[in-house]
Amino acid sequence: MILKRIQLGSYIIIGILLILCFRLWQLQILDGDKYKRLSEDNRLRILKTPAPRGIIYDRNGTPLVKNIPFFSVSITTDNFSGIDTDSLAAVLGLTPKEVEEKLTKKDNSPFVPVKLKQGLSFGEIARIEARRSDFPGLFVETEVGREYLFGKVGAHIIGYLGKITTSQLNNPDLRHFPSDALIGQWGVEALFDNQLRGIPGERIIEVDALGRELRMIQERPPVKGTDINLSIDIQIQKAVEDAFGEKAGALVALKPDSGEILALESLPSFDPNIFSMGIAYNDWKSLMEDKKKPMLNRAVQSQYPPGSTFKIITAIAALEEGIIDPDTKINCTGGINYGRWTFGCWKKGGHGPVDFHRAIVESCDVYFYELGRRLGIDKIHKYATAFGLGRETGIELIPVKEKSGLIPNTEWKKEKKRLPWYLGDTFISAIGQGYITTTPIQMAAMMATFANGGNVYKPSLIKGSYQPARTINLKPETIRMIKEALSGVVNESNGTAQGARSSLAVIGGKTGTAQVVGKKKGLAGERFMDHAWFVAFAPVDDPEIALSVFVEHGGGGGAVAAPIAKRAIEAYLKSQALRARNQESQNAEN
Amino acid sequence: MLKIDRRLIKNFDWITFLIVISLAIIGIMTIYSATRPPLGVGEHPDFYFKQVLWLLISTGVLFVIVSFDYIWLYRISYLLYGLGLLLLLIVIFGGRTSMGAQRWLSIGPISFQPSEFFRIFFIIVFSSYLTDIGRNSIDKISMKSLFMFGILPLILLIKQPDLGTAILLMSLFVVLSLSKGISKKIITVIVIIGLISIPFLGHIFWEGLKDYQKNRLVAFIDPDIDPAGIGYHINQSKISIGSGGFFGKGYLKGTQGPLRFLPEKHTDFIFSVFAEEWGFAGSIMLLSIYLMLFLRGLDTAMRAKDEFGRLTALGITAMFFVYFCANIGMTLGIMPVVGVPLPFVSYGGTALLSNFIAAGILINIRTRRFELFYP
Repeated sequence: MILKRIQLGSYIIIGILLILCFRLWQLQILDGDKYKRLSEDNRLRILKTPAPRGIIYDRNGTPLVKNIPFFSVSITTDNFSGIDTDSLAAVLGLTPKEVEEKLTKKDNSPFVPVKLKQGLSFGEIARIEARRSDFPGLFVETEVGREYLFGKVGAHIIGYLGKITTSQLNNPDLRHFPSDALIGQWGVEALFDNQLRGIPGERIIEVDALGRELRMIQERPPVKGTDINLSIDIQIQKAVEDAFGEKAGALVALKPDSGEILALESLPSFDPNIFSMGIAYNDWKSLMEDKKKPMLNRAVQSQYPPGSTFKIITAIAALEEGIIDPDTKINCTGGINYGRWTFGCWKKGGHGPVDFHRAIVESCDVYFYELGRRLGIDKIHKYATAFGLGRETGIELIPVKEKSGLIPNTEWKKEKKRLPWYLGDTFISAIGQGYITTTPIQMAAMMATFANGGNVYKPSLIKGSYQPARTINLKPETIRMIKEALSGVVNESNGTAQGARSSLAVIGGKTGTAQVVGKKKGLAGERFMDHAWFVAFAPVDDPEIALSVFVEHGGGGGAVAAPIAKRAIEAYLKSQALRARNQESQNAEN
Repeated sequence: MLKIDRRLIKNFDWITFLIVISLAIIGIMTIYSATRPPLGVGEHPDFYFKQVLWLLISTGVLFVIVSFDYIWLYRISYLLYGLGLLLLLIVIFGGRTSMGAQRWLSIGPISFQPSEFFRIFFIIVFSSYLTDIGRNSIDKISMKSLFMFGILPLILLIKQPDLGTAILLMSLFVVLSLSKGISKKIITVIVIIGLISIPFLGHIFWEGLKDYQKNRLVAFIDPDIDPAGIGYHINQSKISIGSGGFFGKGYLKGTQGPLRFLPEKHTDFIFSVFAEEWGFAGSIMLLSIYLMLFLRGLDTAMRAKDEFGRLTALGITAMFFVYFCANIGMTLGIMPVVGVPLPFVSYGGTALLSNFIAAGILINIRTRRFELFYP
């Protein structure tokens, strides 16, 4: 019986072997081609080679950024061989806990690289390369990073390159980026990210299961991103940064005949280099929580009463509407009474009889109260909005949202405050106080529009580009008279902005002071000092630059803001002269 | 004590010997190919060389085994079994852990898996037990012996855990009991008890599994669930074998092993490497060699001069066959991933030695089939 059973066993063995043969036939003959392809897919990998990013230049061709290799270290594990996390952490300069966390993240799969650290220094790379053989699957990757050559200068415009955020990855347009991609996150880097980025190249390589490159099979080189020539002049930015010193504030300088931004500085600023190197959480937190708000773009986000700089608008309105004779003098006794209130002039004791020219030069408030009374708020509103105040200029900055400021009128007050418009409101509006608020960029645009004779351009950051202008019809006489007066503000001995006087060009401008609430109650200290404004353009005869300066808690506009404007204008003129000389010598060589 | 008489040489089972030697040589060649550095650059790991040394040792041991009459094994079978159980106990408390299982025991510089030898001891002791109880009392397989030869070793093995050897032991228990001839009544009772307890045991079995074992079962059921994860072994093995086609990629031309896509390429998945390089034609050849080994083993069992020899030969053949099926079935993706090496071919010194000892016993039984009156 046992022999029979053993014989039966041999049939079973033959039967099972036939099943195995059938399965072999199935895999190797029937599906052989499919598995051949899969084994090719296995060993071949398509790697993206990062494309050099386009360089950002200023208007004179000075490079503002440099591409630098940005190193990160990743590891591919097969999950079966234990990794010595303690010594790996020591090599990477991380804590064992951090490494452990990264390696045991839920969505990790074996054979898919896990990024351990970004933004390595050369020293770190040397250390990793030396120990690499101890950690199979550890490799250093190169990406394109940025060095911002001028650091904090111009940071609000240039912006920075940073790691893609989770919310960006949820955006359908950005979803194709790897989760650790570096993309433009702020300013021009973000706005023109698509042009700057270029097209990554491809390398088809043979790899082992840990993704280690064995040899290259095919290569397609990357295409460099497009360079961008900004309209800004980094020399102005530098001069402004320097002139502000420790003060907070903003300066916006425009080319009057095109709306190109020559300078846009908001201070205090931040160093974009710390972002491109992979910002540490603590640095990020301290930037965000800094009381001085370095990430706030004061040039477009600070809205304050423009103070006396607004008198330019009131003056234009008055001349255009023909409500005054410029030669007629109004007697300033130091204030006017209206009902129970007295509206004072900044000069105690008054200016005496002042005409149009002197009223602007000496910034007589009483004269402008009178103009306001004659014009009425809705006329003032009409001219202010024509010059672009009270709404966004439309400058594109990412991710900063421009503020609109506010130009009130009777309707607005009725709607928002549920109160009638009082004459007193008109008085303080005429001198740029009260409800009126503007941003530095609006005031610069207003100045540029006036300087070019009434053409409104949208401020632009790209050299040579301008949007078709909207034109305000102004009488030549209006422009001439106000230009003369604004020149007087700087250049006459009784002017309020003699600190802006320059030997290089005739500058015209107007000071302003935004009152800080609380000051009147007699509180002292910088926190309660007024904000200083100054708007200017130069040269007066043929304006090439128009600007606004805003200094937080700067005190009077003439003392603090005007010298900053002078520095900016002189920086512009100097770099123009330098460029002309360079061009001349180039022409001579040719 | 050594009796090398002429009959021993004349009757020596050269066929079985040549089969296992050729399998071992195929194994060494494949290990050489599987472990070669990618692109042929860099140091070649010395696995193949170690295996050559182990083959020399194993061949020597095989001849020593053949030179003794296998009846000695019958005499010391309980001693061997006791020793085996002791080793299993030691490994549970003092063993070295590797890949999530505690199977290794180190004695000086040598480390080995006691279960490799335990399985042979088990065949010997169970064969001798079945021989002793005689043909007619087979229906009286007592609870005591069921515990001794079934439940006790199973508990020790699952505790390690060594699923492969545990399954092997269960199969051997069934094969040997069946061949001895159990009455229909008992088979029926066992089947009914088995059917009733499956859900209950199944639960215990599942809960008792380590995570990686559960993963292996899940991956077996659907390898595509997570191609880079638990199903990875099976998919890569199928890719390796399938990409071989009819004639294979050629010796030393396979990519899956050297580029490390295939895990455990020189141990559990060595057949995948072989099939990738030698294709369908080569694989059929290899399977034929194994078929010869199995049929020769069964033939030896039929011709054995006594019952102990017959059962032992049957047990050893069944052991080779179970390992062969589990391993090839796993690489072909038709059996769960149970870490079982391919006998004689997979890399591993103790496994090769123990398989050669088993083959030696098999040859011994066949060689002495005519010695009817041995002192």
